[in-house]
Amino acid sequence: MSTQMVTANRLTDGMVVYLTEGNDWATQFTAGAVLADKTGAEAAMAEADRAAGQQKIIGPYLIDVLVEGGSVKPTSTRERIRADRKPTITADVGSWTGRIGD
Amino acid sequence: MYRYDEFDATFVRERVKQFTGQVERRLAGEITEEQFRPLRLQNGLYLQLHAYMLRIAVPYGTLSSRQMRKLGFIARRFDRGFGHFTTRQNIQFNWPQLDEVPAILEHLAEVEMHAIQTSGNCIRNVTADHYAGVAVDEIEDPRVYAEIIRQWSTLHPEFAFLPRKFKIAVTGASSDRAAVRVHDIGLRMLKNEAGEAGFEVWVGGGLGRTPIVGTPIKSFVPKQHLLSYLEAVLRTYNQLGRRDNLYKARIKILVNATGAAEFGRLVEEEWQSIKDSALTLPAEEIERIRQYFALPDYESLPDWTPEFEASRKANPEFARWVQSNVKPHRAAGYAIVDISLKPEGGAPGDASADQMDIVADLADEYSFGEVRVSHHQNLVLPHVRKQDLFALWQRLSGAKLATANIGFITDIIACPGLDYCNLANARAIPVAQRIGRLFSDQKRLAEIGDLRLNISGCINACGHHHVAHIGILGVDKHGEEFYQVTLGGSSRDDASIGKIVGPSFSTEDIAGAVETIVNTYLAARTAESERFIDTYRRIGIDPFKEALYGNSQARRPAAE
Repeated sequence: MSTQMVTANRLTDGMVVYLTEGNDWATQFTAGAVLADKTGAEAAMAEADRAAGQQKIIGPYLIDVLVEGGSVKPTSTRERIRADRKPTITADVGSWTGRIGD
Repeated sequence: MYRYDEFDATFVRERVKQFTGQVERRLAGEITEEQFRPLRLQNGLYLQLHAYMLRIAVPYGTLSSRQMRKLGFIARRFDRGFGHFTTRQNIQFNWPQLDEVPAILEHLAEVEMHAIQTSGNCIRNVTADHYAGVAVDEIEDPRVYAEIIRQWSTLHPEFAFLPRKFKIAVTGASSDRAAVRVHDIGLRMLKNEAGEAGFEVWVGGGLGRTPIVGTPIKSFVPKQHLLSYLEAVLRTYNQLGRRDNLYKARIKILVNATGAAEFGRLVEEEWQSIKDSALTLPAEEIERIRQYFALPDYESLPDWTPEFEASRKANPEFARWVQSNVKPHRAAGYAIVDISLKPEGGAPGDASADQMDIVADLADEYSFGEVRVSHHQNLVLPHVRKQDLFALWQRLSGAKLATANIGFITDIIACPGLDYCNLANARAIPVAQRIGRLFSDQKRLAEIGDLRLNISGCINACGHHHVAHIGILGVDKHGEEFYQVTLGGSSRDDASIGKIVGPSFSTEDIAGAVETIVNTYLAARTAESERFIDTYRRIGIDPFKEALYGNSQARRPAAE
């Protein structure tokens, strides 16, 4: 089994989140718990389903991650873009980081 | 412009209240995501890659300045300062919060807008020619009929759960700018031998994984029978369309399987039984709706405008913009202005909140407060005095809204692609930007001339790549993005589906491949007036294949 992580979107604002070691949901990819085996992945998904039932997150799923020299990154382009929490283009109009103000 | 009557206003208010309650119940855990999902989709709310996305309907692409200003306000107050205009003439906001969507919908209701019919297996927001009412080649304003179809289709109980989504486009002009031949139903206004206006009805067109140019099944439907005929088409589709396979559920698959002639016969049979029912449109009702779309009070002006001609002569940059972005208007002394949302390095269709405000202000000052959204993801000011064009151009230039590229290779339709979309396999916007930079030279753009290039990030083809002269489709190959190129598509009167030229190109190579294609065209065309599509149709795909893959020195194709 490849190394994995659980991701989802937060219910209230749709932001991309990752399940942490402490069973919390973080928006930082680097805070996500790395799951090395099937047992860990199953337990994490069970926790994710519980969180979905508690209106914290929606649509949890496992993603493959690559652990290399102490750093962790998603293997697919899609998940790398999600982990960055923004499109890969520069923000010519608007902002990627939040509201531009009232 | 159309104004809500009391039924419209009450209906939209009630819908906002209903959805507000649904959001509250979802957040409180009283309904599950599975139960909530169809409800949010019926209100235009998707979950995308990074966040929720709210798609707002812009019926037949017509907006008042007040509505545009409200969109700017929403972009600023509830989103991240910008919005994305789409090929359905709609607008999408990419970062709304679920708990704030009811507030957004309340704001929209204040200006007679909503997000209904922008998702789900219903009749979607009806699209129309973006030059409606002002085009010189128009028989009648198609928005009158698009509005009638909107009223008929909104919450139509029989068609709320069709086999699949259903898109209708209407043109009232002899030249098709609404891509009617690649819609589930395309309505093309024409006159019969008696000189009466009616509709030629095309069915079964569409893009996606099975691109098909539609077929005309009825050469003339009188205006008063438009709704009964549409109802007959929809009823036939609703009864016979496949529901067992998502990918075979669109009407195009049914028409293909049944045969267009047989499908037309089935529709005719159904139509005869309902033709003179309550669906018959009284002439007075058509006239009542037409009043909403009455043209503004134009000044009586000569068509020759000396100050405009003088500015054009004195300023080559302005002249270039006029050449590509200004179109003839039916009223003497007036012009139609296309505002390009494809600046060099920008994301096609994106506009900032400030730009929306500026366009609203300019619409008030120069265009009787009216704006249009085109399915090419640009904006239009439909009623500008020629004598105001130079001042307008200067104001647009100051807001990065004066890119002179309408109809050129950099006027790219691109879907949001993998930068935003949950379904995408590859990015579309960065490819559009790379091509935009490659062809940024204005002189070269004009030399290349009329050339449509569209990009989709997956086979669902939201970027209309199949009907571009040069189409680019992003595909995923073992986790890497590659781009397949099609040539020879068109969405106009000569509608055609592009052909795949050969093996796909890597992200690094795709812009260069486009350049090779353009150079091949330039070398092969017989005259500057021979457009890319004409040259392609004359010489075929082989010279392009040869140029792209022909010998060892040619660009190396990526693995298939």
